[in-house]
Amino acid sequence: MNENVIEVSNLTKRFGHFTAVDHITFNVKRGEIFGFLGANGAGKTTAMQMLCGISLPTEGKGTVAGFDIIKENEKIKRNIGYMSQKFSLYEDLKVWENIRLFGGIYGLSDKVIAEKTDELLEKLNFQHERNTLVKYLPLGWKQKLAFSVAIFHEPNIVFLDEPTGGVDPAMRRQFWEMIYSASDRGITVFVTTHYMDEAEYCNRVSIMVDGHIDALDSPSTLRSQFNTESMDEVFRQLARKAKRAD
Amino acid sequence: MIEVKDLHKSYGRHGKANALNGITFTVKKGEIFGVIGPDGAGKSSLFRILASLILPDSGTVTINGFEVIKDYQKIRQIIGYMPGRFSLYQDLSVEENLKFFATLFNTTIEENYYLIKDIYQQIEPFKNRRAGALSGGMKQKLALSCALIHKPEILILDEPTTGVDPVSRKEFWDMLDRLKEQGITILVSTAYMDEASRCDRIALILEGKFIGSNTPQGIIDDYSEILWSVIGGKMSTLLSVLRNHPKVKSSFAFGDKLHITVKEGLQTFDLKQYLLNKGFNNVCIDPIQPTIEDCFMALTS
Repeated sequence: MNENVIEVSNLTKRFGHFTAVDHITFNVKRGEIFGFLGANGAGKTTAMQMLCGISLPTEGKGTVAGFDIIKENEKIKRNIGYMSQKFSLYEDLKVWENIRLFGGIYGLSDKVIAEKTDELLEKLNFQHERNTLVKYLPLGWKQKLAFSVAIFHEPNIVFLDEPTGGVDPAMRRQFWEMIYSASDRGITVFVTTHYMDEAEYCNRVSIMVDGHIDALDSPSTLRSQFNTESMDEVFRQLARKAKRAD
Repeated sequence: MIEVKDLHKSYGRHGKANALNGITFTVKKGEIFGVIGPDGAGKSSLFRILASLILPDSGTVTINGFEVIKDYQKIRQIIGYMPGRFSLYQDLSVEENLKFFATLFNTTIEENYYLIKDIYQQIEPFKNRRAGALSGGMKQKLALSCALIHKPEILILDEPTTGVDPVSRKEFWDMLDRLKEQGITILVSTAYMDEASRCDRIALILEGKFIGSNTPQGIIDDYSEILWSVIGGKMSTLLSVLRNHPKVKSSFAFGDKLHITVKEGLQTFDLKQYLLNKGFNNVCIDPIQPTIEDCFMALTS
């Protein structure tokens, strides 16, 4: 069960003279919750775009869900789930229409979509919101729905880009409990966050500084490595070294 | 000084989720007042009313003696407002945005440069970059600079640090402290509980009502639950096992530990034995002092 769902080595992305991601190498195991941390501008988003098959690396190689990130990037897109804080659902579509749309994009049949929609709405306790336009949902609800939609097609791996930004403490915990249950079902979760308590909820975390991965291990190992009791302090010690302006 | 009395606001058909249901509070000059609450609790509506952008259904707001409806033109001169969503001009450069806001208020960047110097210096090397091409942290710094360039007496900041990394957030709050020292009154909302602790006073807002308003220490002193921290084994399994215990009232993850509230009469020893019997190893249970986040969880659940 220790197979790697993500394997990348020396992954690099340059924009002109600027090296956004600078030779990063790491693996992520099946079912793992992997926290991908870093300051604003450290290169997280660019790295994630390469892993998702949206952007091709300038250098380096890797596989995601068993597909080559350069030659098979289209296949990667079909076999992963993706959700970001900035964009995840269509605001002017109803709850069921969003589910229908994303289910269709990932090639599920009408019958499967209909069955799974009922199941999903019931699980989220969302039945009464079936016909609500997404823009009228509170942010926390929207994020829970967006996450469910991102894993609706049962991908091997789901990428979450700051899924809980601006979400209150109670809702954040509900969201993380959804992440746990996805991980228990064998879905690998690759997540970025600026909340350091959430870093503790990951099996392993990496911390990016100026395009490099400067630390990668379980939260408890990192805390003892950096001789501190909080991930916040680990993050601060590393981010302080950053030379690149935010 | 901000004085808000019995503020009500609803939005027609979908009003229920966003309404303000009678909000009353006062913010003193030079105070940092934090508003904390779940999404959709009414934070942004409250701030928009205070910024004279939308009208309340009833109730009054006065800011430094000016009434927010009648004297809205005056209000707009003395407040600086940073909306939750980045709303500067994406196609203008950093410097052009700042110049634009200065011009609107009949002033110049040079005149009030001392006020924004701390913040603006950090983005000045990128002054020719389009605002739309800035990273999250830089956008926040530019937005704050634009909100400050006319030397407002009151700053209204709607979730200014959402999406900002921990180090930049701390810098941002250090700047707020310095602005406060200059006598600027700051009203700010946040979803980060560590920031709540940095306010002079905070109010918890839920469904359009303040359910508690005090100093951070006062909020903590009012906490009445029995609170323990628990470690021992896989967090998700531990969570569900604890939730099934009849004397455990609530159970939530807090970083590397769980925080639980329990009914009176339960001893840490009993619970430890219960968990050991359920197959958990290295169980460690300790009574702890609540944080603001524990108070928030207790008040909202």
